[in-house]
Amino acid sequence: MASSASHHHAPPTVNADGTPAFLVMGEHHVEPSTMLGFWLYLMSDCLVFAVLFAMYGVVGANYAAGPGPKELFDLPLVAVNTSMLLFSSITYGFAMLEMAKGRKGAVLGWLAITGLFGAAFIGLELYEFHHLIHEGAGPQRSAFLSAFFTLVGTHGLHVTFGIIWLITLMVQVTQRGLTPENQRRLNCLSLFWHFLDVVWIGVFTFVYLMGALR
Amino acid sequence: MHERSDLMNFLFGKLSLEAIPYHEPILVWTFVVAAVIGLGVFGWVTRAGKWTYLWNDWFCSIDHKKIGVMYIILGLVMLLRGFADAIMMRAQQAVAFGDSMGYLPPHHYDQIFTAHGVIMIFFVAMPFVTGLMNYVVPLQIGARDVAFPVLNNFSFWMTTAGAVLVMISLFIGEFAKTGWLAYPPLSGIAYSPDVGVDYYIWALQIAGVGTLLSGVNLLATIVKMRAPGMTLMKMPVFTWTALCTNVLIVAAFPVLTAVLVLLSLDRYVDTNFFTNDFGGNPMMYVNLIWIWGHPEVYILILPVFGVFSEIVSTYSGKRLFGYASMVYATVVITILSYLVWLHHFFTMGSGASVNSFFGITTMIISIPTGAKIFNWLFTMYRGRIRFEVPMLWTVGFMITFVVGGMTGVLLAVPPADFVLHNSLFLIAHFHNVIIGGVVFGVFAGITYWFPKVTGFKLDPFWGKMSFWFWFVGFWFAFTPLYVLGLMGVTRRMSHFDDPSLQIWFQIAAFGAVLIAIGIASFLIQLVVSIKNRDKLRDTSGDPWNGRTLEWSTSSPPPDYNFAFTPVVHEQDAWFDMKKRGYKRPESGFIAIHMPKGTPAGIILAGISLVSGFAFIWHIWWLAGLSFFALVAGAIYHTFNYNRDFYIPAEQVVKTEDERTRALAQQV
Repeated sequence: MASSASHHHAPPTVNADGTPAFLVMGEHHVEPSTMLGFWLYLMSDCLVFAVLFAMYGVVGANYAAGPGPKELFDLPLVAVNTSMLLFSSITYGFAMLEMAKGRKGAVLGWLAITGLFGAAFIGLELYEFHHLIHEGAGPQRSAFLSAFFTLVGTHGLHVTFGIIWLITLMVQVTQRGLTPENQRRLNCLSLFWHFLDVVWIGVFTFVYLMGALR
Repeated sequence: MHERSDLMNFLFGKLSLEAIPYHEPILVWTFVVAAVIGLGVFGWVTRAGKWTYLWNDWFCSIDHKKIGVMYIILGLVMLLRGFADAIMMRAQQAVAFGDSMGYLPPHHYDQIFTAHGVIMIFFVAMPFVTGLMNYVVPLQIGARDVAFPVLNNFSFWMTTAGAVLVMISLFIGEFAKTGWLAYPPLSGIAYSPDVGVDYYIWALQIAGVGTLLSGVNLLATIVKMRAPGMTLMKMPVFTWTALCTNVLIVAAFPVLTAVLVLLSLDRYVDTNFFTNDFGGNPMMYVNLIWIWGHPEVYILILPVFGVFSEIVSTYSGKRLFGYASMVYATVVITILSYLVWLHHFFTMGSGASVNSFFGITTMIISIPTGAKIFNWLFTMYRGRIRFEVPMLWTVGFMITFVVGGMTGVLLAVPPADFVLHNSLFLIAHFHNVIIGGVVFGVFAGITYWFPKVTGFKLDPFWGKMSFWFWFVGFWFAFTPLYVLGLMGVTRRMSHFDDPSLQIWFQIAAFGAVLIAIGIASFLIQLVVSIKNRDKLRDTSGDPWNGRTLEWSTSSPPPDYNFAFTPVVHEQDAWFDMKKRGYKRPESGFIAIHMPKGTPAGIILAGISLVSGFAFIWHIWWLAGLSFFALVAGAIYHTFNYNRDFYIPAEQVVKTEDERTRALAQQV
C-alpha cells in the first residue's frame, strides 16, 4: 500500500497551462471494494434470514395438534448455547485487536478459541435437534417445527461454514502471516461472525424467549 | 416398470433409461437438430483449432467486456429456445378446437408454457440486461474492470449452468408442469412427484447465485470505481439505472433463494411449509415469490430505461431532458417496486383495505414512469433526430410500452382484476411491457453498442427488417389476447371448446410468425454485418457522436479500457471533452495493473451443475461428492494469492500507437 496516499487527493481538474485536465496522467489507484462488497453480500444474507423469520412468524403457531414451544424448548440449554456464541464473538474481537498489533501468534490463538466456542455451539445445537427428533418433534411434524428447524438450522449451517472458513484462514495466516490480503479476509470473516451473532440474538429472542411465553 | 437392483438405485437414483423421451417424436427431432447443430459447432471450432483460444481468451477471461458479450450470446441462444416454445404454444392454440386436440398432449403443453416463462425471464432477459450492464457500466464510469473480476466470471458460468440444466430437462426427464412460478401445492411432492419441479428449483438456484453475486459486484463497481470527478449526479443515466437494478437484485434475489429452499425442503425432506396439511401455508409461497418477482420485473426494465435514455439523447444530439428527474424517477420506481407485490394475487382474498393499498401503490408507479416518457419526448423535441435503427426501437418502445403501462394500471384496480386475473388479458399486458420494453430495449442497446464491441456497425437494412417484423408481429400476436382476455379466456389452456374464439388465436399465431421473421432478420443482420464488416467499419471509436465515456476509447476497447483514467467535469463527460478541445495523448504511456484470468469460475460452476443434476435425480453419492468438491474447490481457489499483473508499458504503447494510426487514417 505504498501509494495509498495518492487516492486521498483528488486529481487536478486543471492542467498547469490552464486547460481542463481530462485524464489522470499517471497510475490511478482505485480503493479496494472488498469490504463494501462483503457488506452487500451480508445484507443479502440478512434477507434470507428475514424470509425464514417471516415464515416462522406466519406458521410458527401451526402446531398441527403436535407439541408447541413450551413443551419442547429447554431454555437453560439454549442459554448456555447462546453464551457460547456470544463468547466466540468477543474472542474474535480479541483476535482482531491482536491483528492490529501485528501479533500473528496471538491472532491464531484467539481464532482457535473462537473456533472452539463455535464448535461447542454447533455441538449443543445438534444435541438439541437430535433430542427433538428423538421425541417425535422432527421438522416433518408440523409447519411450526418445519420453520423452527429451518431457521435455526440455517443459522447453524452458517456457523459451520464460518468455522470451515476460520480454519482455512488460520492455515493461510500461518503460511503467509498477517499480509494485507489476509487482514482483509480476517476482516470479512469478522463481519460474518458478528453478523451471525446478531442473527442469533434475533433467533433467541423471537423463537426461544417468545416461544416460552406462548 | 421392472424392479431395479439396490446397486442400480444407489448408482443412478431415480434416473433410468425411461427418463429419455424417445417415444415423443417432437423431442426426438429436437434432440436430433440440437445434436447436429452442437456437433457442427464443435467440429467447426475443432477444425479451426480454436479450443485453446476459446478457453484462455473467453471462458477463463475475467475481462468484463468479454463476459458481457458471453452473457449476450447466452441470451440469444436461449431466446431461440424460448421462442420455439412460444411458437409451439401459438400453433397448438390455433388448432386445438372442438374435436381437434392439437398436436401437443397436455402434459407436454404444460411443460412448454412453464419452460417458456422460466427461460424468457431468467435465461434471456436477465443475461441480456446483465450482459449490457457488464459491458457498458465499467466503460461509462471510466473503470478498467468491475470490482471483483473473478467473481464476475463465476457469476456468468453459474447463470449458464442454470440454463444448461433447463436444456438437459428437455432430453433427460421432464420440466416442471406448474407455470413459471411453480406455486404449491401443485409444485409440492404430492402433486408433482416427478423431477420437473426439481429441474426448475436447481436451475434457478444455481443461476440465482450467479445473479446475486453479479449484483453485488456491479453495485460495488459503481459505488467505488467511478472516475475522479464523476459524482453521483454526473453519472450517465444508464449507469444510474444499472445502480438501481443491482440494488434491486441484491435486495430481491435472496428472497427467491430462500423461498426455493423452503419448497425444496417440502419436496426432499417432507417439511410442511406450503403443504395443505400439518399447518402449511401455500399462500405464503405466493407472497414470498412475488416479493422477489415484482422487483424482478423492474430489474429487467430499469436498465433498458437507461438504454433508451442514452439512445434518445445521442440520436437527438441533445443532452437528456430532465436528467435529475430521470434519476429521481428511477429511484422512486426502485423503492415502489417493493410495495406492490400483492397486486399479482388480489384474488387471494386479503380484504378490501389490503387490496386497495396495493392497488394504489401500483397505480402510483405509473407517475415516475410517465415522467420518463415525457423526458424522452422532450429530449427529442427540437432535437436533430437521426432515425438510426436504435432510435426506431426506441420510438416503437414508447408507443408499445405506454399501452402496456395503461393496461397495467387497469389491472391494478382490484375489482377489475377479479375479472381479469389469470386471463389472457394479463398475458397480453405483461408481454406488452416485457417485449415492448425489455426486448425492444435490448435490441436497441445491442445495435447501439455493437460498433463499440466489434469495431463495425450492424447492417441497417436487416436491422430495420427486424424492427418492423417484431413491432408489427408483436401487435398481431398480442392484441387478440387482449380481446380474448376481456371475453374471459384464461391462460395455460391447451384446448378450447368454443369455435368462435379460434379466429383470434389464428391471428395471434400469425403474429408469432411475423416475430419469427423478426428474429431471423436479426440473425441475418449479424451474418451480413460480419460479412460486410470492412464496409461497416468504424475506426473513430465514436460512430454515433456519443456523449458518454465509452465512446472516448477505441472500438473494440483495449483490455485495459483506458490508457489513462478520465477525469469527469460534466454530465455527458465525453461530449464535454470533445467540446472543450480534448486532445488524446500519443505518448507517455505507463504499465497498467490488471487482474489475471482464471479457470476457477467455469470449474466451480461446472461442479455446481453436476451437483444440481445429482440432487434432481436423487443420486446422493454424486450430490455429496460434488458438493464437497465445490467447497474444496472454492477453498483451494483462495490459496491462489497471485491474481494480478501489469500490462507492460511497451504493450500499452503498441496498442495506443495502433489507435493513433487508425485515427490518423480516418481523416
